Amino acid sequence: MNAPLIWIGIPLILSVLLWLPRRANITALLGGSSALIFAMLAWFLPIDIAIRVNAIFSFKIVSSIEILGRQISITPADQPLVALLYSLTAIWFFGSSAAYIARRLVPIGMAMLALLIASLAVQPFLYAALIIQTAILIAVPLLSPPEVKPKRGVIRFLIYQTIAMPFILFSGWLLAGVESSPGDIELLTQAAVLLALGFAFLLAIFPLYTWIPLLMEEASPYAVGFILWLLPNITFLFALGFLDRYAWLREYPQLPNALRSAGLLMVLTGGIWSAFQRHLGRMMGYAAIVNTGFSLLSLSLLADHQLSTFFLLQIPQALGLIIWSLALSILKIHERSLEFKKVQGMLQRYPIILSGLLLAHLSAMGLPLLAGFPPIIALWEGLARQNLLAAFWVGLAVASLLTGALRTLAVLVMSPKDEGWTLNGSWVQNTLISIGIFFILLLGLFPQILYPLLANLPLTFEHLSG
Amino acid sequence: MTSQIISWIAVSFLFAATLSFLITEDWRWSLTFLALLYLGVFWLTQLHWTFSMAAVKLVTGWMVATILGITRSALDPNLVSVPESSSWSHGKLFRIFTAALAFFIALSTTPTIIKLLPGIGIPEVTGSLILMTMGLLLLGLTIRPLKVVIGLLAFIAGFEILYAAVENATLVAALLALVNLGLALVGAYLLTAGTDENIGPQE
Repeated sequence: MNAPLIWIGIPLILSVLLWLPRRANITALLGGSSALIFAMLAWFLPIDIAIRVNAIFSFKIVSSIEILGRQISITPADQPLVALLYSLTAIWFFGSSAAYIARRLVPIGMAMLALLIASLAVQPFLYAALIIQTAILIAVPLLSPPEVKPKRGVIRFLIYQTIAMPFILFSGWLLAGVESSPGDIELLTQAAVLLALGFAFLLAIFPLYTWIPLLMEEASPYAVGFILWLLPNITFLFALGFLDRYAWLREYPQLPNALRSAGLLMVLTGGIWSAFQRHLGRMMGYAAIVNTGFSLLSLSLLADHQLSTFFLLQIPQALGLIIWSLALSILKIHERSLEFKKVQGMLQRYPIILSGLLLAHLSAMGLPLLAGFPPIIALWEGLARQNLLAAFWVGLAVASLLTGALRTLAVLVMSPKDEGWTLNGSWVQNTLISIGIFFILLLGLFPQILYPLLANLPLTFEHLSG
Repeated sequence: MTSQIISWIAVSFLFAATLSFLITEDWRWSLTFLALLYLGVFWLTQLHWTFSMAAVKLVTGWMVATILGITRSALDPNLVSVPESSSWSHGKLFRIFTAALAFFIALSTTPTIIKLLPGIGIPEVTGSLILMTMGLLLLGLTIRPLKVVIGLLAFIAGFEILYAAVENATLVAALLALVNLGLALVGAYLLTAGTDENIGPQE
């Protein structure tokens, strides 16, 4: 038995089998449970250590496998990361039934996750760009259902994400050259520019994020939410692999400034645009852009904070996206539209679901006592120590997100007629959102409960973990 | 010498094929030129790879064209019909001028790339840059799924010619073939999505 087979091979086979159940809730349950099992295996099962079952039988899980002359390897240091990815995916899968998208999201999501873990495990890791591209192609049917004509958002998503691959592959080849002749400034600049372009396309850095709000209007918010969580996270981990591998890159003097500028551009534009939206889906899209900006800013603090702020952001952001996109999906299923004029006064009809939406929005901007507060305040403080002006811009972005949240609240309570309070949505939908609200509050009040999970995550990147 | 001449013929062929993507409205011609384009890609790739490895690109390219062709022809006959436009309308002249501009950009960038990649010839770089710039041009001019997929395939094909000069690993060839086939399947999916009125929501 070997590790890549357990966390890549079996999930890939499972992703095919998950098309078989005819009932959506069975698919969601099977997918969620299996993702949870993979997470627990990653947490508890030792790699490269003999496990003794009884006096005569013992076995060992080998860390790597060879395919076409290249290694795919999941080491003990990678296990916490694999556990985190599978456990968060399990939450997405359990919620997919309530969003009425389980039969597409669970099989496609499982295949995507397996491929993306393979992209982090492949050696040389430059091949990851090709595997990420394969995962992106698999995502298209998730974003554009078979019964609907493809629209601009999905086409732009496909174009922008595909264009990234050649840049990253080619920069990888140049980086190998930089390693052999580190004094060649011209080569170094060319490699850095190509790499930056590749990641700008993959991470949808300003102005390449136009597909996000478009997709939020066109596709199921839950499906887009899943993509907006999974792809940027894996891309960040891939980017950290580059920084961990190449000493010259992490010591590149312009790197913190470049990351800070890109991050500020993302939080500012995303925040300000979100304040002016009249569509709840587009507003979430811009908030996801702000999330990417926060992650970029956390990486700009690498010298002071190592990876602690970056990993601290991951769980609150994922939780916020899950609840937000689930609430939007439920609202879209019942009311057919997420336009402001169509959702006026809906808080009285969907009190729990829309409370979840508002709390997720407020958590994304780091309101105290909510899950997003501890990482965002840590980030803000770190940024203020380095550059006060940057901290001011982040403050402006947060204020813009707050404006968006207040506008949403105002619209949702603006009942056109004197209407009584009712509880719409199924009990599963209301229960799932309630659980989400509970965790948003819990992580806001007791952020330290994440510590055991987050403590070992930076060890995956031995040169960045300090 | 003969090899050089054939290489330049392949380059001019690549330009003609990509130009046809820009100006023709008939999907049959587009896909025929796409299949022929992979002949040029094959020739320029085999200058750096073994014949059998380069043949993978040709076979993959033809499979891609076949997948797209079969899907497109299976659509509703009304959709298959060619739009009536024999005149030089629909901005064709503009497209030709833009293509010429892209061609000159490719030519002027060639020496820089050659300096960056020692051992690569002028025809490979020119052919590659033509495919990439024309692919990007096509992507900028349309949002129709078939044209978009053809644009992306042309862009990737251009990159593959360049990358073949620096990387000859079997896994890379296999993964690039997989990406090409995946793009064709995605194109086929996008072409058929929303065309069957009998398909209802799944859940």
